[in-house]
Amino acid sequence: MIWAAVVGAGVGCYLLKLAGLSVPDRVLTRPLVARVADLLPVALLAALIAVQVFADDGGSLVLDARAVALAAAVGLLMLRAPFLVVVFGAAGVAAAVRLL
Amino acid sequence: MDPQQRTIVRDSLAVGLATGTYGLSFGAVGVSSGLDVAQTCALSLLVFTGASQFAFAGVLAAGGSPFAGALTALLLGSRNTLYGLRLAPLLGYRGSARLGAAHLVIDESTAMSLTRGSRADARIGFLTTGGSIFVLWNLATFLGALAGSTLGDPRSYGLDAAVGAAFLALLWPRLDQPLPRVVALLAAAVAIGAVPFTAAGVPVLVAGGVAVLVGALAVRPSGSRT
Repeated sequence: MIWAAVVGAGVGCYLLKLAGLSVPDRVLTRPLVARVADLLPVALLAALIAVQVFADDGGSLVLDARAVALAAAVGLLMLRAPFLVVVFGAAGVAAAVRLL
Repeated sequence: MDPQQRTIVRDSLAVGLATGTYGLSFGAVGVSSGLDVAQTCALSLLVFTGASQFAFAGVLAAGGSPFAGALTALLLGSRNTLYGLRLAPLLGYRGSARLGAAHLVIDESTAMSLTRGSRADARIGFLTTGGSIFVLWNLATFLGALAGSTLGDPRSYGLDAAVGAAFLALLWPRLDQPLPRVVALLAAAVAIGAVPFTAAGVPVLVAGGVAVLVGALAVRPSGSRT
């Protein structure tokens, strides 16, 4: 029973991924679809950041070391720091805040 | 490979490392929710999308049926359909390449490829991120499942903050225009608002609706690239 659910979830999740990749180009070049597709990454990235930084495992909103790390990342980006410096700088800040 | 592409590989591997390590937590969570080691590893191999896997294990741990777990996993996995929609013209995979690539369509591989200017760059970001996460995530799941909860928390190294910072760095260049800025702020606000009321992964889906709404209402295109 558990195995059936595991395999079912795997096959289903794969088909969901494949479905998106298989939408024909002509659908994607329609102006409305193109405009939405243009804004989609911005919305998805912003939402991912918000969830990564402000949600805990239990589905509650929290302000912790991750928020401080995000602020540090903003600062580093304003200073035009390279990608890796931003990523590991933020990780270092979070780890340091948790040690305090 | 030109210097810019080498940078993409390096950045993608960094995200792959930070994310893949999280497989340790999934392995530990999986076996503590009542799955055995093989089932936990099968989830990472077959489902391979973090939020869905954690939801599956979470439903089981809360006493739910395996099929309720699978349904929740599918609901969350629909997020990847949206990603695929955006990636399809960018990556341009056909036939068997598409069948293989589909399995790697996840949050991080999408984020690391959709801001690229060319198809070659996008493919490098996608394959390096998706491939390194696939290998590390499955390896880490196995180790985590074997070790159970005796492993250290990746959080003590700040790795949970690293991924948010990586996404921000990717979003940053697109915030130089008013429309994307408004969409980003709205989407973040909607996602935060949805967190207390929905399962992990759903807030991102709901926030995707902001793009649909603004895209439908905006009188003229944003003019931003890709």
